[in-house]
Amino acid sequence: MAAALDATPFNFVAIVLCVSFGAGLLGSLLGLGGGLILIPVLTLALKVDIRYAVGASIVSVIATSSGAAAAYVRDGLANMRVAMFLELATVAGAVTGAMLAGVVGGRALYFLFGAVMAYSALAMLRKLREDGSPREEPPPNALADRLGLHGSYYDVSTGGEVAYRVHRPLAGLGLMYIAGTVSGLLGIGSGALKVPAMDLAMGLPIKVSTATSNFMIGVTAAASAGIYFARGDIDPFIAGPVCVGVTLGAFAGSRYMTKLKSGSLRRLFVAVLLWVSYEMLSKGIHG
Amino acid sequence: MTPAPSEPPSLQETAAATTAVPSEVIPLTPELLISQLLRGGVLLSLSLVICGMVMTFFRHPDYFSSPDALQRLTSPDSAPHRLPDVFEGVMAVRGQSFVMAGLLVMITVPVLRVALSLGIFRAQKDRTFAAITTSVLALLLLAFLLGGVE
Repeated sequence: MAAALDATPFNFVAIVLCVSFGAGLLGSLLGLGGGLILIPVLTLALKVDIRYAVGASIVSVIATSSGAAAAYVRDGLANMRVAMFLELATVAGAVTGAMLAGVVGGRALYFLFGAVMAYSALAMLRKLREDGSPREEPPPNALADRLGLHGSYYDVSTGGEVAYRVHRPLAGLGLMYIAGTVSGLLGIGSGALKVPAMDLAMGLPIKVSTATSNFMIGVTAAASAGIYFARGDIDPFIAGPVCVGVTLGAFAGSRYMTKLKSGSLRRLFVAVLLWVSYEMLSKGIHG
Repeated sequence: MTPAPSEPPSLQETAAATTAVPSEVIPLTPELLISQLLRGGVLLSLSLVICGMVMTFFRHPDYFSSPDALQRLTSPDSAPHRLPDVFEGVMAVRGQSFVMAGLLVMITVPVLRVALSLGIFRAQKDRTFAAITTSVLALLLLAFLLGGVE
């Protein structure tokens, strides 16, 4: 049984719609994906089986990432060559992850989810502390030159074109395989893993990393969503309202509100994330 | 001082503006093409899902009152999860199949985006990236096939 809630189907759909809207809104305000917030709510509060929660989340991840990517690509922020190159690894990882999800049990999924969530929360905290530190010029890389991965983007705040060079493409490829596997296993976009891989390992500017990560997430998620669909883990009765709710929430967040910059609010949210990840971890350990 | 009310454009000016539009159309860059594909795909998918949800509740008034129906609806294997089943359901105007068709459109959007990129790289005679994109597309198709075998 996918959902063990005592409600009429209409009430269930209404609740899922509202919860998903909230997750999408919060996700876009914090710059996290909706999945990271959605899956704990679906499983812990609404008692949805984690496999159906993952199946519903992965489709909504495609929706929000495609919606956001449409704007990023138009504005020339996403580096499409870097994206296509790295998608080799994320898609391979996503296939691995989705296949593994059919083998490992629910408890392992809870445990892994808790761990990734704690990591994402701490990564957010770190981003809060160091802000825009100057980086040294990366050493030239023959492969990046040959593939023509370097690029430039128009910076709205300074009003000028910023050129950047890419280095360590192979390290990026390796990290992306891991990010793809996590995404396929847990039904999240795993932007928290993709952005540092580009930002820290490959030396892309943070704005380009975020935009490119969003652009790639859709393809990564599609690979695992295909497998989840064939396995029957995408239940339209849950995934339908989740998909609509998260997309509308994310749209409302990006359109009508500015990103949360306040440090104390973010810290509070990190605390909530850590508490939820503790709940997920203990559900993984005690069953 | 109040600004003078602007005069409505004369008929000639309006005509000139409308005829000028086609020449001012923004050229379809690869970026714009991909951006439009992503937006259009998401909108189509969401409309299908919403239509399907509305249809479901129209056809089953008991879903507003009976808690038992939820258990039946969310039990495994109640949902169509093979392409022919979804297609059949859509033909029979079944709400849940419409929702599923919408979700499948959503899953297809990124695949189409990769296919479109392949066309763009080939048009640009970029052989390395055409090869990389072909491999990504092949991996995606492999994923769908693997899922079907399982």
